[in-house]
Amino acid sequence: METLSNLADGFAIALTWQNLLLALLGCFLGTVMGALPGLGPSNGVAILIPLAFTLGLGPTPSMILLTSVYYGAMYGGRISSILLNIPGDEPAMMTCLDGYPMAQKGMAGQALSLSGIASFVGAFFATWGLIFLAPQLVKIALLFGPAEYFALFALAFMTLGGVSSTNQAKSAFAAALGLGLATIGVDTQTGVPRFTFGEVHLYDGLDFLVAIVGLFALSEVFIFLENRHGAADATKSKLVIGRLTPPLSMLKECTPTMLRSSALGFLAGVLPGAGASLGSFISYSMEKRLVDKKGTFGTGDPRGVAAPEAGNNAAAGGALVPMLALGVPGSGTTAVLLAVLLSLNITPGPLLFANNPDVVWGLIAALFIANFMLLALNIPMVGLFTRLLLIPPRVLMPIVAMVSFVGIYGISGSSFDLLVMIGFGIMGWGLRKFDVPLVPIILGTLLGNTMENNLRRAITIDDGNWFTLIDSPLAVGLWIVALIGFVLPLIIGRKVRKGMHKRRDEEGSIAD
Amino acid sequence: MSDRIFGVFGLLLAIGFAFAAFAIEESFLSDAVGPKAFPLIVAAVLGVSSLVIAMRPDAEPAWPALGRLVEIGAAVVVMVLYALMLPVIGFVLATAIAAAYLSWRLGSSVIAAIATGVGTSIGIYVIFHLVLGLSLARGPLGF
Repeated sequence: METLSNLADGFAIALTWQNLLLALLGCFLGTVMGALPGLGPSNGVAILIPLAFTLGLGPTPSMILLTSVYYGAMYGGRISSILLNIPGDEPAMMTCLDGYPMAQKGMAGQALSLSGIASFVGAFFATWGLIFLAPQLVKIALLFGPAEYFALFALAFMTLGGVSSTNQAKSAFAAALGLGLATIGVDTQTGVPRFTFGEVHLYDGLDFLVAIVGLFALSEVFIFLENRHGAADATKSKLVIGRLTPPLSMLKECTPTMLRSSALGFLAGVLPGAGASLGSFISYSMEKRLVDKKGTFGTGDPRGVAAPEAGNNAAAGGALVPMLALGVPGSGTTAVLLAVLLSLNITPGPLLFANNPDVVWGLIAALFIANFMLLALNIPMVGLFTRLLLIPPRVLMPIVAMVSFVGIYGISGSSFDLLVMIGFGIMGWGLRKFDVPLVPIILGTLLGNTMENNLRRAITIDDGNWFTLIDSPLAVGLWIVALIGFVLPLIIGRKVRKGMHKRRDEEGSIAD
Repeated sequence: MSDRIFGVFGLLLAIGFAFAAFAIEESFLSDAVGPKAFPLIVAAVLGVSSLVIAMRPDAEPAWPALGRLVEIGAAVVVMVLYALMLPVIGFVLATAIAAAYLSWRLGSSVIAAIATGVGTSIGIYVIFHLVLGLSLARGPLGF
């Protein structure tokens, strides 16, 4: 009951004209970003962070705007999957498998509206899951001391590698690189400068927003330049949408699929490091195994459209659980959202629920509102978004680059930060070539300082005894899970990842 | 082969990082762990993972032809110039030039590229500066 009254308070916070307008703006922009190939949820949110700051928004409105973008991008990704057979963002790649064949059969409109409904169902149930699961997780997290937190961060990095890359060594490299970048600057505990090489600009450390925008948005611009991919994909095929409402029989047939996929997707999202791509992948695979008796999956089966869409939207909601309750994001985009919270001086984690209930519950209420808005935006207005697919990258990419520059310059007003951002852009491009995942780097730069502080606090409390790290059963448990999470994918994960990565050549290393 | 070079580079990076970590001057008021330990752990992970990458390389990535690399290099130079010139010549002019260049290199015709550049620049100026009140770099002409 307490939960429901908290939720009611949340609605009271979210239901102001300003917040509703922000949610609507976020939903619209998010759908656009999800729909356009080359702009996924993580770089979409990254580009808009500076906007939230320059509007002078408080924590709750900023989060409402950006999580609406996040949910919106999950909806938008399916549009180009279905119409063009090109995933608009990585989680939408499974939707191509049955969505595009449906479109070829002249059922594009039905596929779009069905996937819109599936997205709604997934996100709706995931938001309820968030409401009930997050406070439980908080109760456990309150037992955590510094040693347990250190183990938890290690767990996040080690499990992240299992899903986000085909090569564990490369994700470990990425995590270490991110953590190393985080140590640049004045040491918070003793005040000595580290790795600054006398450069005054580095004393404050690298701003992780600069790193995020550079790695995600600018590297995308370089990828497009490299391939000289300037023409719109949509011009090649004619976009026939057809009837926009799915028949009731189709909905009825897909309902069990949507419910199962929502549950599975949510669980996949809650797991640290898994994110929405895994959610859509395992939902599709499970449905294929369960209901595909006649072998129609892959040839335009509506259930093959509903499953990954419900799964990825549910996973998007699920990924918010560890981010809000533990301060450990479950995916690339939630890592970016964590960066927003940290920049606003709010530390997610168990104390967030006690100290800033307005942020948490306002955000959750906003998720419900955004979800209804997205359903309304995505079914009748889907034609508008399909028009946007006609914008060629030779117009879009310069805009992306310039908005990135403007945003970073707007925050800091320094050319030095712009140069650092370009550096990160080149680094991101190179690392994507080597198939090194970018998400662990972001997570490392974000969590590096907290992780180090927890390590030092734990050991200092115990008078310099390093064994304190494995002193409590809780910490030992976390370490064991971390080790399993790291080793297991080496043994059985190869097959799963192969399936997932087969179709990801377009999207490079920006996994979500 | 690329992965082997990458691994060796990573190893050198890890060694350099470790040396820089040893060079950190410790304050006389230090905690039990000190500012060096965590960077050294990170350097160890970096080194080990680089070694593994070098020993067990993945398939060769698809490297672009030299011309494409020059293309990216040129774009980087334009962006660096943009970052440096921004406070000097002002936001609108700098952005129009940089956006037009990028659009041109992505395959727009010259006229379309200039239109994209000017449109992007003025669009961002109107939305971010005039409507949202973000302070952008001011040039000698005041915009």
